[in-house]
Amino acid sequence: MAQYAVLIYSPAPADPMDLTPDYIALLERYPAQVAELGGQIVTGFALQPSITATAVRGDLVTDGPFIEAKEVVAGFFVLEAPDLDVALKIAKLNPATIHGGVEVRPLFVPPAE
Amino acid sequence: MTDRDEVEHAVADAHRREWAFVLAATARVAGDFDLAEECVQEAYVAALGAWARDGVPDRPGAWLTATARRKALDVLRRRQVLRAKLPLLLEPDETEFEMPDEVAVPDDRLRLIFTCCHPALARDAQVALTLRLVCGVSTGDIARAFLVSEPTMAARVTRAKKKIAAARIPYRVPESAELPERLDAVLTVVHLLLTTGHTAPSGTDLVRADLVDRALHLARMLLALMPDEPEVRGLLALLLLTNARRATRTDSQGRLLRLEDQDRSAWDRATIDEGRRLVVEAFRTGRVGRYALQAAIASLHALAPSYDATDWPQIVRLYDALLGCWPSPVVALNRAVAVSMVDGPEAALTEVDTLAQDPRLAGYHYLPAIRADLLRRLDRPAEAAEAYRAALALVDNDAERTHLTTRLATLSTP
Repeated sequence: MAQYAVLIYSPAPADPMDLTPDYIALLERYPAQVAELGGQIVTGFALQPSITATAVRGDLVTDGPFIEAKEVVAGFFVLEAPDLDVALKIAKLNPATIHGGVEVRPLFVPPAE
Repeated sequence: MTDRDEVEHAVADAHRREWAFVLAATARVAGDFDLAEECVQEAYVAALGAWARDGVPDRPGAWLTATARRKALDVLRRRQVLRAKLPLLLEPDETEFEMPDEVAVPDDRLRLIFTCCHPALARDAQVALTLRLVCGVSTGDIARAFLVSEPTMAARVTRAKKKIAAARIPYRVPESAELPERLDAVLTVVHLLLTTGHTAPSGTDLVRADLVDRALHLARMLLALMPDEPEVRGLLALLLLTNARRATRTDSQGRLLRLEDQDRSAWDRATIDEGRRLVVEAFRTGRVGRYALQAAIASLHALAPSYDATDWPQIVRLYDALLGCWPSPVVALNRAVAVSMVDGPEAALTEVDTLAQDPRLAGYHYLPAIRADLLRRLDRPAEAAEAYRAALALVDNDAERTHLTTRLATLSTP
């Protein structure tokens, strides 16, 4: 099994308190769908809205997320899946893909040698 | 001892015919493409000596595969990390340490092609990997064909291979539910090789002709491996029908000739017949997609005695079907040209002007070029000249630029 970070992007400010009941219902179904496709969520977090973010660039501290964009990181989870095709199938079912999107990125494993 | 020339010829022939088979089968054992490539290259070098000594084997592909796989296993044993490496590409139940029976070597070429054209890879990386791994083209030659420096192309290939390993892009043929979409990516890559070969703005003719040959070779390989996919048949037909007109696309000075000005007697009839046969076979399945439809349009052009005597109404109907499965503004623009031959330039101009509002066609030089030709036919030279100049401002290919300049010049001096 490989491990992937799945980064959730939602329209700014991505406030988890604003999630609609429909969206929450989709989220509640999600872990079962993940398991059915042969994956497992190792750990996951939702984030406070992007207005609470602070960016640090060198010495400069600024208000807001590191990259200003229409969509911001709303959360992430670590997914265990046999390969990228399975990981992508799981990612496609995430409700974030409806109005935002997700990024699937393998976790770095230091080389054996 | 076998004659040296004969051996070199046999090795070169096996490189062209068997590279994909040998590499695909070796990748299954090697677990990563870098090791597989290295071992396959060594096997080809070893063949020069061994075949000169023992004679050319009956099945060169099997000999090369066995040799490359043995080398890969040796390396893996030496590295003592066999268990850590194998899971990258192998399904666990296929783990094997014995030298596999040569006859039982499975044909992994489809796995290889689908992995190279995985949607998680950028299109230019898919193209580069397909040429490198499936066709065995050197990185330098790929770089020359796509007009980038060799280090740039090498970095592109390395990055793609790294992503396959790090993200665990699986080494397998997609299941039937995802096959249409995944196959489309493969067909797009092969088609891109042909169009690049045809329209590369520079680069030597030899490199470009080689790309066209590679595209045809890949399409034939795909058809042999997936005989029941009508779109694969459609793609091969489209490549053949496009290529049959290759010699007449430019005049003796290398200037671009429009379809209506090409010498139809110089078209390759045998190739057209083969393409036509494939189109009919694809349509017989009742499951045609955008490649079979484009091939059908190309076959009507190829079979027509002249530009005016082409079956334009049928071509418009095929474009309608094509737009149904591939709603691209470029298709709609080509349809407008066919409409001009059925309903006249006025009707076509209305369609082109509507399409000009589509932001996806902004910067596409064929749109003002087609508009210019329609305005010329409508005897509105001032507007036609303006449209030719708009097209010239967007074009980046010398042959196209010369063609447009000539069209503009003949317009202003009646």
